Amino acid sequence: MPTYQLNVNGLDHSVDVSEDTPLLWVLRDHINLVGTKYGCGISQCGSCTVHMDGNAVRSCGITVSMAEGKSITTIEGLSENGSHPVQEAWKEIDVPQCGYCQAGQIMSATALLDKNPNPTEKEIKDAMHGNICRCASYNRIYKAVEMAAAKMN
Amino acid sequence: MATQNSSLTFSRRAFMRTSSLAGGGMLIGFNLFTACKPKAEPPVDLSQLNYNDFNAFIEIADNGAVTIYSPNPEIGQGVKTSMPMIIAEELDVSWDNVYVKQGKLDTENYTRQVAGGSQSIRQGWDALRQTGATAKQMLINAAAARWGVDASECSASEGVISNSKGETLGYGEVVKEAAGMEIPEDVSLKATKDYKIIGTDRGNVDIDEIITGKPLFGLDYKVDGMVYACVVRPPAFGKKLVSYDDSKAKDMDGVIEILKIGEKARKLIEEEPGAGGILSQSDKVVVIAKTTWQAMKAKEAIEAKWEDASKLESTEEHNDILTGLLDGNKFETLRSDGNVKKAFAEADEVLERTYDSPFLPHNCMEPMNFFANINEEKVHLVGPIQTPEWKANMVSKMLGRDTSEILLEMTRMGGGFGRRLYGDFVLEAAEIADAIRKPVKVVYTREDDMNDGIYRMAIKYRIKAGIKDGKVTAYHLKEAAVNSNMYGLIPNFFPAGAIENYQVDAANYKSNITTGAWRAPYTNFLAFAEQSFFDELAELMDVDRVQLRLDLLQKVKGTTDERIQYSPERMEKVIHAAVEKSGWGNAPEGIYQGFVNYYCHNSHVAEVADVAIEDNTAVVKKITCVVDCGIVINPLGAKNQCEGGVIDGVGHSMYGELAFKDGVPTASNFDRYRQIRMKEAPVVEVHFIENELSPTGLGEPTLPPAGGAIANAIKAATGNRLYSQPFNNNPELLKVPEKEILG
Repeated sequence: MPTYQLNVNGLDHSVDVSEDTPLLWVLRDHINLVGTKYGCGISQCGSCTVHMDGNAVRSCGITVSMAEGKSITTIEGLSENGSHPVQEAWKEIDVPQCGYCQAGQIMSATALLDKNPNPTEKEIKDAMHGNICRCASYNRIYKAVEMAAAKMN
Repeated sequence: MATQNSSLTFSRRAFMRTSSLAGGGMLIGFNLFTACKPKAEPPVDLSQLNYNDFNAFIEIADNGAVTIYSPNPEIGQGVKTSMPMIIAEELDVSWDNVYVKQGKLDTENYTRQVAGGSQSIRQGWDALRQTGATAKQMLINAAAARWGVDASECSASEGVISNSKGETLGYGEVVKEAAGMEIPEDVSLKATKDYKIIGTDRGNVDIDEIITGKPLFGLDYKVDGMVYACVVRPPAFGKKLVSYDDSKAKDMDGVIEILKIGEKARKLIEEEPGAGGILSQSDKVVVIAKTTWQAMKAKEAIEAKWEDASKLESTEEHNDILTGLLDGNKFETLRSDGNVKKAFAEADEVLERTYDSPFLPHNCMEPMNFFANINEEKVHLVGPIQTPEWKANMVSKMLGRDTSEILLEMTRMGGGFGRRLYGDFVLEAAEIADAIRKPVKVVYTREDDMNDGIYRMAIKYRIKAGIKDGKVTAYHLKEAAVNSNMYGLIPNFFPAGAIENYQVDAANYKSNITTGAWRAPYTNFLAFAEQSFFDELAELMDVDRVQLRLDLLQKVKGTTDERIQYSPERMEKVIHAAVEKSGWGNAPEGIYQGFVNYYCHNSHVAEVADVAIEDNTAVVKKITCVVDCGIVINPLGAKNQCEGGVIDGVGHSMYGELAFKDGVPTASNFDRYRQIRMKEAPVVEVHFIENELSPTGLGEPTLPPAGGAIANAIKAATGNRLYSQPFNNNPELLKVPEKEILG
């Protein structure tokens, strides 16, 4: 099997996997970062959202070969100890119910706010529309993104 | 109705254990309903289960830190936070000093640790308070003994015991003596006004782990040497495995082993009728690989041959069959008051309507999965399961192992919604682990999860009402359902007792498509049918739609019929509050409203939907939701449950559908199955009725009214009455008819 060099959360990792292996499973099974979740495997639910060179991407749809040479950030690398303003807002609003989709939600929200620090209601909803929350905590997700934007400004 | 400051007397035998811990401290457990038969066999229909047995544990370290074990499985309903809050309140410790841990299944001493039926808080309320209060009294007694004073001269607050001389001792300082004290039989509970934790906003106890991506869920669980299993399942309900060719798969990267399972499950079905409804009769092919992706890929490379073992069913024929049942006379009568036949014959007017609903998958965001590791000494099972004890017993039966050899640990669950009551995946993991004797995690792909489900069954309701002299004199509800009918309490929900001639009949058709409980079983669709019907009835009678409901409730007041489940007084209160909070009758221009009141899962709810017309289509903007669930333990979490329940109800009414063609579901992933998303979610405004009544559950009761509220609002906005879910299947009914726009 080929060897790939990945930069995840600022650390270099060398993994031996087949070239079609999705980044999601490299993160979860090989690098042991299980915060990134499997939900659908076809880039439809957003549970596996990570940042690749600062953009929110679905890690189930990115192969390891596509990720090589890129800078990958996962939920574990977003902040030292949960202190990113988006994480703080999530905690303050108490967004999660089951919590499973929330890492993906937070990664989508942070990518949005990095590029657009003052999003409109429509921009927030458009950016978060790709992430399913089966518990339907959508009201709180929306409020937390708004609050995080205010914290970051 | 139990009051809050009563002192409850529990038998001393109800205490399961009190002992000194190796690391110092006291462990105290309390078991509710010890009179219940232990190890009761679960009935086949899970909606009929009595979800009421319960355990709780407290650990107090020598330094005064408190660990509370949350006994019931956490599926996102918030009990891992709210149940320990109740114990901490009566124990009288600062919430900041409490550390909450998930309790393990303990089949030897404790029975029925279940998440289901919105019953954890309701059934746990007395025992949780008693657990905390008893522990507090024992700590006080220990301090009193050390001081040589009477316990009545001592009191405790925030983890500190004081006496009349002003001396103080921390809980941790006396915990060792307290553990050896006699258990007091009669302790007093706090008055509601003295609550410091109950009724205050407390964040999810797992929030830090969730927002930083720590391993919490079943899918995150790992041990050294663990392998992964993916399963090739029958491609349609009714299909059975004939043979398979694994020549391509076995040489693929990471593949360790390929095997066939199914024999043990079939044997279990013979011995255990309850397993029949949840387990496939077919063999399955299992791919064992080093990683999840390798197992998933190799699974695709298995070439399996299937044969038709039973009929391959389709939605079209279910429609005909259910309609045939409604037209026929093969009903079981679940409740009958007066004489509906006679009343219809004498009525001035009769309204009859039929409502229909599709199958629904649960679609938990965390696909089904379970870990098993089996060897000579033990059967170790870990993962997300709503019914751990039932599953441990089934595994014991299936493998012929003593229950004492089974260790089952519950992880946090990425959603449940009823799907994780069944645990077919636990049995699958156990059968695989028993064969390969390696630690193994069974992982469902999303496609497996959606297509090998235990679905909300398709149901049709037909409702007929008779009106005489301007009054509703007869009401006849008929249910035709796939596989099973409404549970016994439902015929006693509103409007039972309010109409003199009242009858509920049920019939079903047995299908080979597996079905079961789905968040708020039966009521999740029945509420829409009945509440749409009332709306239409009010129009026909030309009376105010809210007043019609209030008038009906008048007749239930003072009823001596003990079968009636709801309280007309509590229902009236939620109705009045919803009218006030939603601005019912005074909606701003362009907003059309729909009203619903409902009772289920021991809570009373009223909801008002606000719908606007945008691009000529009805859009749900807001739902005002008023709930009477008694004392609200944790308002922050409680509101979250209500917001989610309402939006879940809106989403499934609008978009939810799993149809079948020749035994195959028409959707297998989120590309074809439409789950409600951010832009479709209305704003939900939640209000609680303040009272001092014992708390009831919130995981389910706000979901059922949502569909009816939006249907009634859509009628107000477009003039179109909706009878069939999902509403979005008939997009023309969501639009204002053209002639009205022109006119």
